[in-house]
Amino acid sequence: MASAAKAKKGIIGWIDHRLPIFTFLDHELGSFPEPKNLNYWWNFGSLAGIILVVMIFSGIFLAMEYTPHKDLAFDSVERIMRDVNYGWLMRYIHMNGASMFFIVTYIHIFRGLYFGSYKAPRELLWMLGVVILLLMMMTAFMGYVLPWGQMSYWGATVITNLFSAIPVVGDQIVSWLWGGFTVDNPTLNRFFSLHYLLPFVIVAVVCLHLVALHLHGSNNPLGIDRKGPQDSIPFHPYYTIKDLFGIGVFLIIFAGFVFFAPNFLGDPANYQPANPLQTPPEIVPEWYFLPFYAILRSVPDILFIPAKLAGVIAMFGSILVLFVLPWLDTSPVRSGRFRPIFRWFFLLLMIDCLVLGWVGAHKPEGTFVLIGQAATAWYFIHFLVLLPLLGKFERPRPLPTSISSAVLTVRGLHPSIKPATAIKEKS
Amino acid sequence: MMQHRLLPVAASLAVIFLGGAVPAQAEGGYKLLQPKSEWSFEGPLGTYDKAALRRGFQVYNEVCSTCHALVHLRYGDLDGLGYTADEIKAIAAQKQVTDGPNDQGEMYQRPARASDFFARPFPNEQAARYSNNGAVPADLSLVVKAREGGPDYVFSLLNGYKEPPAGVKLGAGMNYNAYFPGHQTAMPQPLADGAVTYADGTRADLEQMAQDVTTFLTWAAEPNLEARHRMGLQVIGFLILLTGVFYVLKRRIWSKVH
Amino acid sequence: MAETAHPSVAKAQGGEPSRRDFLTLTAVALSAVGGAAAVWPFLDSMNPAKDTLALATTEVDLAPVQVGQRLTVVWRGKPVFVDRRPQKEIEEAQAVPLTSLPDPQSDGDRVKKPEWLVVVGVCTHLGCIPVGQKPTDERGLYGGWFCPCHGSQYDTSGRIRQGPAPRNLEVPPYAFTGATTIKIG
Repeated sequence: MASAAKAKKGIIGWIDHRLPIFTFLDHELGSFPEPKNLNYWWNFGSLAGIILVVMIFSGIFLAMEYTPHKDLAFDSVERIMRDVNYGWLMRYIHMNGASMFFIVTYIHIFRGLYFGSYKAPRELLWMLGVVILLLMMMTAFMGYVLPWGQMSYWGATVITNLFSAIPVVGDQIVSWLWGGFTVDNPTLNRFFSLHYLLPFVIVAVVCLHLVALHLHGSNNPLGIDRKGPQDSIPFHPYYTIKDLFGIGVFLIIFAGFVFFAPNFLGDPANYQPANPLQTPPEIVPEWYFLPFYAILRSVPDILFIPAKLAGVIAMFGSILVLFVLPWLDTSPVRSGRFRPIFRWFFLLLMIDCLVLGWVGAHKPEGTFVLIGQAATAWYFIHFLVLLPLLGKFERPRPLPTSISSAVLTVRGLHPSIKPATAIKEKS
Repeated sequence: MMQHRLLPVAASLAVIFLGGAVPAQAEGGYKLLQPKSEWSFEGPLGTYDKAALRRGFQVYNEVCSTCHALVHLRYGDLDGLGYTADEIKAIAAQKQVTDGPNDQGEMYQRPARASDFFARPFPNEQAARYSNNGAVPADLSLVVKAREGGPDYVFSLLNGYKEPPAGVKLGAGMNYNAYFPGHQTAMPQPLADGAVTYADGTRADLEQMAQDVTTFLTWAAEPNLEARHRMGLQVIGFLILLTGVFYVLKRRIWSKVH
Repeated sequence: MAETAHPSVAKAQGGEPSRRDFLTLTAVALSAVGGAAAVWPFLDSMNPAKDTLALATTEVDLAPVQVGQRLTVVWRGKPVFVDRRPQKEIEEAQAVPLTSLPDPQSDGDRVKKPEWLVVVGVCTHLGCIPVGQKPTDERGLYGGWFCPCHGSQYDTSGRIRQGPAPRNLEVPPYAFTGATTIKIG
């Protein structure tokens, strides 16, 4: 073992001396200090990274078989499903992977919202995350157009038409996006090019996201900083194995969808080839866009702003508001665990987002209109009114003195704890 | 703590596996019909009943193919129904497909081969509309996946022709169907008892034919279903094992902390 | 942080290293197997697809071909020359001494029925299609085919006689399915 290790060290040392990849990996992934009290809500970042890799990998192989021309696209996808070896598997992985990517990312975001991960000094980390979310949304939107089904075509038509709401230059922008007078072949071709490109832009922003993370390290459920080595454990082996376990659980759920319910999250209308002369009875985006769709359709005419433009502003605004969240939330306390009033409003926000999603799935008629407007209003009230005020008036619970001391309190207690042994040894 | 973590997993799996058991709804709120014997392909362990597939193909071939194309299928794909290469050759040769141009520059008709796509009843959309009162008979390769309610919808549609209720005026050339969105369809009732004489001797009443042809069309839309289910069981079984190993390893490593 | 060995390392030197190592080994091994099994379908997707394989065999009806006529069919995207050889050509082909051939092969080894020669019409030099199928074509010095790209000359058995081509025209796998029908591939 020793001589083998030395020989290996030889090659590794040779490389490392010229390009310090191994030292880098050991520093950032191996011995990197993490809070010892991270719970399973912290798995979702690495999970999102894994899904990104799966999507790029499956996407590259699908791109080998797909034809981005309006007369051939739908048939090329059917060829993938029927003739290409394991084509159906790649397609269903890519299709359901997109949904998984959004579920995981939304949970990851809500983790950040609850535990105050967006607060100083992690503001830029958070903002980079919002950039990643925007890129994901653009990528997913364009990807959905590629099969050129009824929903592909009509969803593209509706969403690109939104930009005509921009005053003065709106129509020019839309025809520039389309490359013509309507969603047509030029649109499909450029969406394919950009759909292939953007994931790599996402990779780059994820790298920045990780650099920003590693500067100050991870937040933790208590929201208090690590005071020293007694609060930390190395990433490897503790969080490598915990992440691996989380990945295993995730893959089971993912496989459940891919193999046993591959079309559950999709819309049957997209199995009809696009027909520019026939609009489907309901144009509905994929589930992960439903809350934004609801906001878009909820806003009526406001003063001199027509409803269409106001809806577009509100929809983008719902994401832009996340950018400035670190400055909206005035609470000096990070974690929702110690913010007794905030916790309830956080729950309300989650319910509000689910309600928005439910509204987005239905036609904007009857009670759905009122509910949609109320839910939209509440979303903005939560961020723009509630958070700034709450921070000033809420009385937070007393924070523990340190992470390791908190391990002894009820909150941080792990069932397998034997406090007498380990803690005393170390401190 | 353990149950707390497993709950979302269990909930997701329950949705996936049992979701199919919820009775489907047609647009317009009619509860969809279900065949007396359950669909053989439903559920995570579903497979295709080959005899039903062959009967269903016979119904398609003798009745539906007059108007409805099956553009994404090749005759050779029928080996999935258990036909031999010679049987497929004979089935294909009954239909004519367009080929060419020949050395004179003309397109010509020739008998279909196994490698050909299914012969189309109409050469283009305009010809289809011209022969069908302005309506286009939908291609059936994906119809089961392209309709809300899937196989239950197609089955209901085929069984759903009725006299229009009082006060409903039918458009010219239209037919009343309880399950078609809007209830008026240009397609006349395609199947009636005895429309086909089954090669395997099964009694060909309307419900039997509707079930068989729906099973065939489900296969046409998802020929890889059986391979998918089989692989799914292997993959999830393996993942449960792997995740279990990870979990034990995690507990062991983490017992050093605290 | 660096001085104290981490408790996990410290404990490993004592208590349960073997159990953890076996478990770790199992985890790594299973992950590797799982990873390979996951990657395999993607690599296999690059293999010829079902539609490509559907065109892997071609049936040819030879009845319309007269004696002395040559027919070109397409098989797997390439031309195949079918030559219904007159008696004179057959005797010529059989009479050639093998020692004079750059790629020695007897005519009998290249045909199933002497009257019918079936060869892939792709020059074995660099892949051009030799001329000689049409009655007005140049056939070269040996009565077979002539490749205009670099001057390779093939005889009435499709064998290379002169020129840069290293091997005889390839005989594809084929079989007679009737007196006048063959199945190639």
